[in-house]
Amino acid sequence: MTSTSSDLPIAYVPGRTRPTQTPEQLRARIPGWGVDLDPADRPSVPKLQFQEDLSGAHWEFPDRQPEKWPRERSVEHAFLTPVFGTAQPPKGLSGAIRKYAYRYSEGRAAHWLLLMFADRVDAGEHHLSSLLTLRPDNPITETGVLSEFTHHGLRSRVGVKRTDLVHQSLDPVIVAGPWLIGGWLAFRGVRRAVRALRG
Amino acid sequence: MRAMVYRGPYKMRVEEKHKPTIEHPNDAIVRVTLAAICGSDLHLYHGLMPDTRIGHTFGHEFIGVVDEVGSSVQNLKPGDRVMVPFNIFCGSCWYCARGLYSNCHNVNPNATAVGGIYGYSHTTGGYDGGQAEFVRVPFADVGPVLIPDWMHDEDAVLLTDATPTGYFGAQCGDIVQGDTVVVFGAGPVGLVAAQSSWLMGAGRVIVVDHLEYRLEKARSFAHAETLNFTDYGDIVLELKRQTDWLGADVAIDAVGAEADGNLLQHVTTAKFKLQGGSPVALNWAIDSVRKGATVSVMGAYGPIFSAVKFGDAMNKGLTLRMNQCPVKRQWPRLFEHVRNGHLTPREIVTHRFPLEHIAEGYHVFSAKLDGCIKPLVVPTAA
Repeated sequence: MTSTSSDLPIAYVPGRTRPTQTPEQLRARIPGWGVDLDPADRPSVPKLQFQEDLSGAHWEFPDRQPEKWPRERSVEHAFLTPVFGTAQPPKGLSGAIRKYAYRYSEGRAAHWLLLMFADRVDAGEHHLSSLLTLRPDNPITETGVLSEFTHHGLRSRVGVKRTDLVHQSLDPVIVAGPWLIGGWLAFRGVRRAVRALRG
Repeated sequence: MRAMVYRGPYKMRVEEKHKPTIEHPNDAIVRVTLAAICGSDLHLYHGLMPDTRIGHTFGHEFIGVVDEVGSSVQNLKPGDRVMVPFNIFCGSCWYCARGLYSNCHNVNPNATAVGGIYGYSHTTGGYDGGQAEFVRVPFADVGPVLIPDWMHDEDAVLLTDATPTGYFGAQCGDIVQGDTVVVFGAGPVGLVAAQSSWLMGAGRVIVVDHLEYRLEKARSFAHAETLNFTDYGDIVLELKRQTDWLGADVAIDAVGAEADGNLLQHVTTAKFKLQGGSPVALNWAIDSVRKGATVSVMGAYGPIFSAVKFGDAMNKGLTLRMNQCPVKRQWPRLFEHVRNGHLTPREIVTHRFPLEHIAEGYHVFSAKLDGCIKPLVVPTAA
């Protein structure tokens, strides 16, 4: 038996369109409905569009910013870009790993994985060195966790359906884990040293 | 000056830092009067973006007052109130000359796969950002514009990223009259993408999220239908059912790297950093649209590999469109939309934190406390 097309979902027949409100109904309900219906009114159509004014640039190629240290750069660039950020020059072990990572192109996983590893080393270096300063890292204030008490931490979670609650419990482990492991290793090291001294 | 500094995953504090200086003749130094925390800042905060260095100051959404200009700056002078696009761009490279400001080739030595962005790790050029009292703004003659007198400061700061990105996301959907558009994510970008989809003639707009307070905002702010994916065992199937088994014509991924909805994807990405992004929303977009549809990706993903269902995308003949938004290209049209009330960015602002309390701001935004949708940051000297 053959069904009539009106019995079937529109995906299975050729000519039907989705039922929708008329433009007049939509305009009455939605402020500005259809004002950008014409692609000519959409600023990024077409994608590549020559900008005659060069957005205000009054140069063919910009002046070069002074390079105050050998600036790390992607090997996929022909040269150091004329302008670049100068925040946080690479330092220490993390800096050495970062400089090594930049030997690999962005197409290589080694490039990104080494940079991610350097980020973890950098965090460890700074946490440890902060212990030697007058302002050591403070996981209570630096995580902003006290806002749980001022911004309805409990009410934001209890009695609501949120899929992220399942994994939010991992966050304290990620923050505190390296400290706990570091503390445990330090304790073991000190204990071993004391035992060795006692003979 | 006072500035937010990153201290490692989930940690930051406010410190005294040296005020930035002119490093290039076309630099300006801007005193920040208002900044915002972007959803993509959370990827840095969670330690997901490679080459995010300790001491880095985040912040790519900010407005302020010009404090100092370099010797070649012609279009700005000290005292000017300016809004600064999140893209750092030269205006003259091959990409900028064609309007792809977010892909500028002259500002990011660290990577060719992404342009320059304020306060967004060394992978986007190593520039400190605007969650501080002062910020260095390269190419002052190219990026910033004067804030129009009629514009509210909170609209202006949201026009530096969230609003243009949402609007651009709808454009990348190539929406035609009567299209059914499904937007994944009811955060700031998703809300604006939903609102913008109507401007481009959508016949139906559906927003998907798991946070009920954000879905309520999608209904009131963007006049959208909403689906809470936790109400359905399979959101892809539900979207097919609700679209007469065809699927949506356009999907917009406004979630990005830390998408929820699949515990394995989320944990391997956001907690263990084994993927560049958790492509849950993107895979839902690919699977829920009709064949031959367009998927627009506005959610930010990191540069390493992600488990995306390209086989389905290929076999369905999808068009995938994406980019970081070239903000300044959107501004003339967006200024009209804001002035006419067609887009109402500041309605999504829920929280305002003093710079000194920025760690609390990040925690509230990240943990989705207190109905947070969009937090702003008010610097000490503002």
